[in-house]
Amino acid sequence: MRKYFLSFCCIVCLSLFASAQHDGHNHDGHDHSGHDHSQHQHGDHSGHNHSHDGHDHSGHDHSNHDHGAHAGHAHAADQGHGHHGTKNGCGVETHHEFKPGEAAFHHISDQNIYSIGPFSLPLPCFLYAPEKGWDVFSSGKFYADSHGTGEKAYNKYVLFEGSVRRVQDASFPDGAVELGHHAVFGKKLKDAKGKDKEFAFVCYNGQQYQCDSKSTADAGMFGGGITSFYDFSMTKNVVSMILVFLFLAWVFLSMAKSYKARRGMAPKGITNFMEPIFIFIQDEVAKPFLGHKWMTYLPFLQCIFFFILGLNLFGQVPFLGGSNVTGNLAFTAVLAIAAFLVTNLSGNAHYWGHTLWMPGVPAILKILVITPVEILGLFIKPITLMLRLFANITAGHMVIAIFVGLIFVFGQSGANPGAAYGTAVGSTILTLFMMAIELLVAFIQAFVFTILTASYIGAAVEEAHH
Amino acid sequence: MSYIILADFSVIRPDFGLFFWTTVIFLLFWFLMSKFAFKPIAEALQERQRDIQDSLDEAKKAREDMANLKSENQELLRQAQEERVNILREAKEAKDSIIAEAKNKARDEAKKIVSDAKTQIENQKMAAIVEMKNQSGRMAIDIAEKLLKSELKGEGANESFVQRLVDEVKLN
Repeated sequence: MRKYFLSFCCIVCLSLFASAQHDGHNHDGHDHSGHDHSQHQHGDHSGHNHSHDGHDHSGHDHSNHDHGAHAGHAHAADQGHGHHGTKNGCGVETHHEFKPGEAAFHHISDQNIYSIGPFSLPLPCFLYAPEKGWDVFSSGKFYADSHGTGEKAYNKYVLFEGSVRRVQDASFPDGAVELGHHAVFGKKLKDAKGKDKEFAFVCYNGQQYQCDSKSTADAGMFGGGITSFYDFSMTKNVVSMILVFLFLAWVFLSMAKSYKARRGMAPKGITNFMEPIFIFIQDEVAKPFLGHKWMTYLPFLQCIFFFILGLNLFGQVPFLGGSNVTGNLAFTAVLAIAAFLVTNLSGNAHYWGHTLWMPGVPAILKILVITPVEILGLFIKPITLMLRLFANITAGHMVIAIFVGLIFVFGQSGANPGAAYGTAVGSTILTLFMMAIELLVAFIQAFVFTILTASYIGAAVEEAHH
Repeated sequence: MSYIILADFSVIRPDFGLFFWTTVIFLLFWFLMSKFAFKPIAEALQERQRDIQDSLDEAKKAREDMANLKSENQELLRQAQEERVNILREAKEAKDSIIAEAKNKARDEAKKIVSDAKTQIENQKMAAIVEMKNQSGRMAIDIAEKLLKSELKGEGANESFVQRLVDEVKLN
């Protein structure tokens, strides 16, 4: 257990380090945004709309969703100049000042398009609005620009920074609607609680329409909630999951086939590579925690481990979109719920006895303390599983995105090429270092999720020894 | 000012679509992999482990058998050598006893021969003595006869005659 404890300590340190980095840079990002706004209030670029538009596209491709691509675009940004604002058809300044915090959030978010370098692949959209029903179409209908913002609306849906939004206003036309550049934009408004919050707006025929974000299951806790539509699209994360699913299925099915075909012979090829990892989970995780019942739960543990590991690693491959699946709460929640169900559905009388009515403790203590705490514990265990994986992977992705973003911060989005070059060198070293650590974290987090799940299941199926 | 961060930190807001797709894909992965990959792989690995353990056990047993066989062989060899030594010793003893017996027998035979010879010599001697006795008796009688016959002729003549007769006997 000592080695697990040590690795857990490492993870905690890493997370602290990562979150410290994250906080620092967000303050930076915010300072920049404040500065940005004060500048733009004095700006009088209305006459230069068109030329700036064009320039923005060529020079500020900083919203590419790829670690590697960021570094490449540093040079493009170097050639840019200090003007970052343009106005759209409604005369609204759409700022493109680079803010590393926002770029990192954008990078880790799920998207309705799949961006690889300068290419954005359209993905299928399955959208459901209770008042209108299903809409199924390709996100190619939005004609996304390099920031992932659509230049067309379709059936009241628009694309803002890679994510589908819906115009609730009944006066907005259905069908394909030409909007133009930067017609979908963010604007800060006071929300119901009087806090500043960014909302997406769409400019159509000189009028601004507010857009709804898709419904989320956080019940308003993290700024989401139920809105006018649900997004069941095959997003970037879904496509990544399918790709990893297919890859893992290919690897393990061919492995299973090779065992059948090469019965009584030494393993060969990919089997040789995967077998030690498989046996590691079997002998170091399943057997010690599950006793003689290990074979029943082994497939589940292997599924969890390899699915998480595969997606962790897939998200770290440079120039492959850098999708952040295991750093998304919806994904980790599904795995945590699966772990919760497997644990509690296989719980025996001994387990439930100890959970609900701990023997050898006075009844009053049981009712007041032990039983409530144990019942809370049932839910806290999967919640920690969910948050640990989510926080670690998200932090890693953000730190890398922010390190790359530093190039744009110090280079002042192209105004200071020398600083950009200098930062690029330092940033590359830091990013390499972080990527090495993230590679480690990918394995550790997959392992930690699996071993903790195994320990919870092990506690649930443990026989009473009197 | 965390509102900007929260506003864009979309990964913390679980989205129904991703939740749905993750559930579908994970359940499908779980079902397919358990049935067609992880269970067969685990079983194949167990089977191989058993095979390897069995092979090792068999090899160990074969080695032990071989060692046993070797010690048995050595025991046999030792016994054979002992036997050989015994046989040789017995043969030598037999040879010695045969020789000794033969010697004794020869000695006895020789003794017997010698004693027989002695007896025969004794017998012949006795026969010779008897013969001599007989002859000397006869000679005495002859002499006496002749003496008696020549007594009539002189004393001196008798004496010389007797002398001559005695001389004749010596010559015999």
